[in-house]
Amino acid sequence: MPLNILAIDDSRTMRDMLKFALSDAGFDVTLAEDGQKGLDALDGYTPDVIITDINMPVLDGFGLIEGVRKMPGLRAVPILVLTTESSQELKQRARQAGATGWIVKPFDKVKLVNAIHKVAA
Amino acid sequence: MDSMETIKQTFFQECEDLLQDLESGLILMNDGESDDETINSVFRAVHSIKGGAGAFELTELVKFAHIFENTLDEIRSDRLEASKEVLKVLLQSSDTLTDLFEAARDDVEFDDTERADELRAALQGFIGDKPEEASDDGGMPAMSMDDMGFEPVILDFDFGDDVDVAPDAIVFDIVFTPNATMYAHGNEAVRLLSNLAELGDANITCDRSTLPAFDDIDPEGAYLSWSIELETEKTEDDIREIFDFVEDDCELQITQRGGAPEGGPEDGLPDEDSAETPDIAIETTSEAPAMDNNEAVSAAPVEVASVEIEVKAEEKEQPKAEAPAKPEKKAEKKAAAPVQAATIRINLERVDRLINLVGELVINQAMLTECVVEAGLSRDSAVSSGLDEFKQLTREIQESVMAIRAQPVQSLFQRMSRVVRKAAQATDKSVRLVLEGEFTEVDKTIVEKLADPLTHMIRNAVDHGVETPEKRLENGKPEEGIVTLSAAHRSGKIVIEVSDDGAGVNRERVKQIAIDKGLIPEDAPLSDSEIDNLLFMPGFSTAENVTTLSGRGVGMDVVKRAIQSLGGRVTISSEPGKGSVFTISLPLTLAILDGMLVHAAGQTLVIPLTAIVETLIPKPGDIHHMGPDGRVLNIRGTFVPMIDVGYELGFRDSPTHSERSVVLSVETDGGTQSALLVDAIQDQRQVVIKSLEDNYGHVPSIAAATILGDGRIALILDVDNLVSSAGDSRASFDPTLVAAE
Repeated sequence: MPLNILAIDDSRTMRDMLKFALSDAGFDVTLAEDGQKGLDALDGYTPDVIITDINMPVLDGFGLIEGVRKMPGLRAVPILVLTTESSQELKQRARQAGATGWIVKPFDKVKLVNAIHKVAA
Repeated sequence: MDSMETIKQTFFQECEDLLQDLESGLILMNDGESDDETINSVFRAVHSIKGGAGAFELTELVKFAHIFENTLDEIRSDRLEASKEVLKVLLQSSDTLTDLFEAARDDVEFDDTERADELRAALQGFIGDKPEEASDDGGMPAMSMDDMGFEPVILDFDFGDDVDVAPDAIVFDIVFTPNATMYAHGNEAVRLLSNLAELGDANITCDRSTLPAFDDIDPEGAYLSWSIELETEKTEDDIREIFDFVEDDCELQITQRGGAPEGGPEDGLPDEDSAETPDIAIETTSEAPAMDNNEAVSAAPVEVASVEIEVKAEEKEQPKAEAPAKPEKKAEKKAAAPVQAATIRINLERVDRLINLVGELVINQAMLTECVVEAGLSRDSAVSSGLDEFKQLTREIQESVMAIRAQPVQSLFQRMSRVVRKAAQATDKSVRLVLEGEFTEVDKTIVEKLADPLTHMIRNAVDHGVETPEKRLENGKPEEGIVTLSAAHRSGKIVIEVSDDGAGVNRERVKQIAIDKGLIPEDAPLSDSEIDNLLFMPGFSTAENVTTLSGRGVGMDVVKRAIQSLGGRVTISSEPGKGSVFTISLPLTLAILDGMLVHAAGQTLVIPLTAIVETLIPKPGDIHHMGPDGRVLNIRGTFVPMIDVGYELGFRDSPTHSERSVVLSVETDGGTQSALLVDAIQDQRQVVIKSLEDNYGHVPSIAAATILGDGRIALILDVDNLVSSAGDSRASFDPTLVAAE
């Protein structure tokens, strides 16, 4: 069974890249374009890993993480944050919200896949 | 196209949208109509551009976007006030970002690096000397302008064998004690341990000494600790990397056997170390079973069990979890944000095919109607009423299909604000662009083809229309000039107006230039409106000094031709001291035309309704002869040249003098009137335009063709062309001059 990944990013380019890289690595990918749509997608669907951007309209990445951590059954799902810069402050905020780890973008595929394997079985 | 190239194209498309969001957001801020979400979306736009640009190694774009983003972040965090001065630079930066993007997209060298550097320096000036410390990247050291603290990582999707292989196996002792927060953040000890086990031979021992009695277990607590002996060829950094997500959520000790200092196992290891390693490993394994309360395992099966307990325990807690309150709060915000309509992207070819098919359907339906009439069926018959319904449906389908191609002129109009800014900057004028009716929908092709003519007209309005600030103040006008761009649907047409509140056309000068260039005779008696229309004549250009804006070899005649090629017309009206208005009227679609079916010399012709002013039957006394062929018609006191359509197109050898002829009074783009003489008017209807150029070749005075209900082909008249060629054949410059004789 391939791993199910929910990838959330408001940038179409980034979504395309994630889809391309993750599908190529053998994952099943579901995409959402902002935090709220990400939460909506989790209705009846439990991904193995969630990857999310931080800066997004409607509901940002922090909001998404907090929301996911309050959802029954999803409290322990690994959430990786996509950050543009390896900012300690951002990482800290994401961690406080409940993030599992982070990926610095622009990501390369090896790092992305490694990060996923690091948090998912 | 390979996938990366496809994604790159997506990126460019997305960039266009983002740049538009950026600009419209900045304009809102500039007009003082912004809220928190505006600055956020502006920030996100630049942020996303930078992110994507980095992935494709568009370094120039990244460099500029970076400082731009930082400045916006300062504003977003209320550390910088979005003053007029700041916004001016931001708007200009948005233009330069667009230029940079376009250069990247078209894969050409960006030619205005000086300006980009200037703006970057200006942006840098706003945020002070320590941009990196003030922005999100708080932890990063301040970097030089060139470095920008942002290293684009090129996308490399090959699974490289980029593992740093240390030559010899080393043994590490690792003690790993997770805190409760680690589990709360979605990290699992078992995964970390199995990742660790993949680095080499791992001996993992779970310390359960702090595990309380089952009843006392806090389901969210963390009670276990692990000791790992790892024999590996990897370095300590590789080990730490496994734990890098959790380093703040656990206690981690890594010691290298053999006394080598922590963190320095990579280099200078004495050879004896590797020789000793096996002994030590054996020693420790034998030691393990003796340890009290501990259990040695080769992999992590036991830990799996304990982790499962954790998970189950967590699940027990979950029903208590509150409904997500924060997302709901944010969702309210969503309602306030502009609602985005759900859209799909369709290949244009498919839409055009559909439109062609609907065109066929229209013809087919007309054919059926004629059959029914010929068969003599009564209007009440089931066939007739069924056909009426069919007609109605056809029209609705047609309109719906056309609506697919329609898009608001908004994006086109918004681009113009940039043109105004650039033009104003180049001419040292202060000009504001006011947009009206930007949600008016127009055929996509028309929108695309309007970009160039509109750009030119807007530039002209700023360059030639609006006066210098000093002059405006002298004339009691506000310093800031206003150029208004409006769009509206008006009686089946689209009307786009470009107006300015400038000085209006300088008619004396325009006339003099036209005389100097030999475009008109020196003594030509021209009305004000005729003088204004001289601007559209080929070879006319008022620019005495070639400014950076004018002198591009594009005159208003090119604008006019572009509009004409879209089946539209452009006119000017001007009032001295108050400004000028250029009016473009366009058909709603390029595929269907409202026309009048007429007969001339046995041929059926279609005359576009847009050109027709009125139809009348001339009284013999109103027709005056001039020369061998020339005739003018007196229409309520105005003498209008008559053009015999059948004769002019070569359908008959000599002009008709039938008294039953009908006259269509038409107006050309230049505003001159002519009277087209035809034999009879059949009716008025919509016809599907079939290009003659595509299927046959260009025919003078004919714009296109159409297929009638009975299957015959009818030609669609190019009124302007017919009138001017008829005028040429009489060797006169302007029909009005003939009339004036």
